[in-house]
Amino acid sequence: MARVVVDVMLKPEILDPQGKAVHGAFGRLGFDGVADVRQGKRFEITLDGEATEERVAEIRKAADTLLANSVIEDFTLHVETADVEAGQ
Amino acid sequence: MKVGVVTFPGSLDDVDARRAAAVAGAEAVALWHGDADLHGVDAVVLPGGFSYGDYLRAGAISRFAPVMETIIKKAGEGLPVLGICNGFQVLCESHLLPGALIKNHHRKFICKDQGLRIENNRTAWTSDYDANHEITIVLKNQDGSFVADEATLDRLEGEGRVVARYLGNPNGSYRDIAGITNERGNVVGLMPHPEHAVETLTGPTTDGLGFFTSVLKAVVAS
Repeated sequence: MARVVVDVMLKPEILDPQGKAVHGAFGRLGFDGVADVRQGKRFEITLDGEATEERVAEIRKAADTLLANSVIEDFTLHVETADVEAGQ
Repeated sequence: MKVGVVTFPGSLDDVDARRAAAVAGAEAVALWHGDADLHGVDAVVLPGGFSYGDYLRAGAISRFAPVMETIIKKAGEGLPVLGICNGFQVLCESHLLPGALIKNHHRKFICKDQGLRIENNRTAWTSDYDANHEITIVLKNQDGSFVADEATLDRLEGEGRVVARYLGNPNGSYRDIAGITNERGNVVGLMPHPEHAVETLTGPTTDGLGFFTSVLKAVVAS
């Protein structure tokens, strides 16, 4: 079984209130030297079989259609196989 | 004259929206998210609330509901559609309107009476207001901050498509934008709630009624 991981982040020009809140907590907890925090979303999508080129293309389309809103967000996608996970 | 109001799982203000349509003199029709049939309505309201729990992003999952497929198609043919609060978020996610709504910049839920200036009174939903008419209606939201890239904001302003602007920015919305319309003026998205300001017993004013009386005239005229 293969896993496709989609990471979604707000575009740099869009204000991220949640990231700002986390950044504020860093300071209060004494974790200094942090210039900025941006919060995103990670989706782990497990496929029934192998991550063929067609399947990955389909997941990319799903990411573009549903998981990310291209008006305010960018996404990256990569494939993790069971072998890779075991090896790490 | 029938105004349909869609109920999604998690809609909160569908009953108030139906009531506002009735107060304005329309027959209010309940529409269901899972039913693609609009039952012959002349206009549609997408109400406020937390449809599908706001999971993923506000409005992101609702936009794929069966009823939305029909609404997106009919909106392209001129059907008047008003999205209030969560409905505005659904319209942006559907790409019927540009931009997006993100979390309020101060991260708190807002519930207050809010002043607005109606800047475009040529839409199907605002013709009963004077240009630059100032109104006070209810604002209540978590994800109410309107954002878009600079080019989109310039285009919206250049084409007179900013329908309403906040008098005092309550949530970080770019350029104080509270509501916008599409090029044709039949689709309007508005973050504050006109349906909560149609009767003095329960609202701060009756300033919201104009949205519902406007669409009655727009339908009769077409």
